[in-house]
Amino acid sequence: MRRILLFAVLVMLMVGLAGLLLTRPQRVDPARLAGLTPDVTRGASVFYSAGCASCHSAPDASEEGKLILAGGRRFETDFGTFVAPNISSDPDAGIGSWSALDLANALKHGKGPRGQHYYPAFPYTSYAKMTVEDVAALHAFLNTLPASDAANIPHDIGFPFNIRRGLGLWKLLFSGSGWVVEGDLTDQQIRGRYLVEALGHCAECHTPRNGLGGLKRGLWLTGAPNPNGKGRIPGLTTAQLDWSEADIAEYLISGFTPDYDSAGGEMVEVIENTSKLSDEDRLAIAAYLKSVPVQ
Amino acid sequence: MMKKSSIFAAGLLSLAVVGTSIAQDSENPAVKARTSIMQLYAFNLGTLGAMAKGEAEYDAEAATRAANNIVVVSQIDQSAMWPAGSDNVSDPSTRALPAIWENFADVGAKGQALADAAVAMQAAAGQDVEALKGAMGQLGGACSACHKAYRAPEN
Repeated sequence: MRRILLFAVLVMLMVGLAGLLLTRPQRVDPARLAGLTPDVTRGASVFYSAGCASCHSAPDASEEGKLILAGGRRFETDFGTFVAPNISSDPDAGIGSWSALDLANALKHGKGPRGQHYYPAFPYTSYAKMTVEDVAALHAFLNTLPASDAANIPHDIGFPFNIRRGLGLWKLLFSGSGWVVEGDLTDQQIRGRYLVEALGHCAECHTPRNGLGGLKRGLWLTGAPNPNGKGRIPGLTTAQLDWSEADIAEYLISGFTPDYDSAGGEMVEVIENTSKLSDEDRLAIAAYLKSVPVQ
Repeated sequence: MMKKSSIFAAGLLSLAVVGTSIAQDSENPAVKARTSIMQLYAFNLGTLGAMAKGEAEYDAEAATRAANNIVVVSQIDQSAMWPAGSDNVSDPSTRALPAIWENFADVGAKGQALADAAVAMQAAAGQDVEALKGAMGQLGGACSACHKAYRAPEN
């Protein structure tokens, strides 16, 4: 009897230990960033492709104010209210003291410099596919932006979602690996896939989520309820979006639909970013979208 | 008996459907007028957009005519077209949010930004297709700025 009890205790300890190991934040190998010469111009393009300012600029920031990444925007979700943090170049209030490696761990693994897990309101499951070259370039670009000493506002999250360690499990379940759209893609479609699936994190709004907030990768870009409760975020698969590639590229620069209505809602801020990309990148996004299979 | 009641239900349903489709067109002439203004923008933007997308060959004269029209439309005095009670709460046929009536100064500023973008397009449209494409961005941004703040999403 005592042996059985001892065995049970041992098993429980091992399961617990395995759990701790499995839910431990992952990190980027520092060697991958060593010797990279960051390209600031490329960093600007990564910054706009990834839409950093759309969440991290101050609420109701003006066009110029969008470059002050003071944080403070609130995102109400089923799990509680998340508040975007200050990621300006201020060394104390922002992330000015971060190394490129710190930024890589945050973007690619949702892991903070103190080892803590970030909530996936920060779309690191998409950014996970970002190249380390682009991370280093973005790091260099972020350092050129103004500092803000605005203090971070804590998230307002209820139990059990306030236990950050649990996010390790969430990441195990939902950090989808690999590209969603695969197969015989052209170079242009491959570039578009990187812009849509990684940097642009389009699926975060355009793909439905399960009860735990994980993306339903099998329903990729098929549209989803609008998290703010009004209307629906449209699907972008070839069956749902019958716009031409030129139509899509035009929408991403001017916001005009093929009927010359204009974008509204959250997409307006997305277009403020995509309008700063190159024509090639906008056309690459369009080419990729035309390859998203009918679900 | 079952059949009768289901026919009755179908009748009710079709009445409801007709009811909704009637509600699509506003009875309010002010709403009709401002919708027409949007259609005038869209028609002329179509000429410019087709050239920007490469669907139509660039034609400096046609582009200039369309841009001139957009400038003229942007100068229409709309002050009588936004009477109280013509928001989407009072009139389900419009997507105009009540916030418009609370922020007239900001709406005016956004309208001025559109008028400025229209003038910039007027200058660009006759130059070449690259200039036209650049001006489309500013024009679209001005449209979206107002639509983001003051237009309800489509259902």
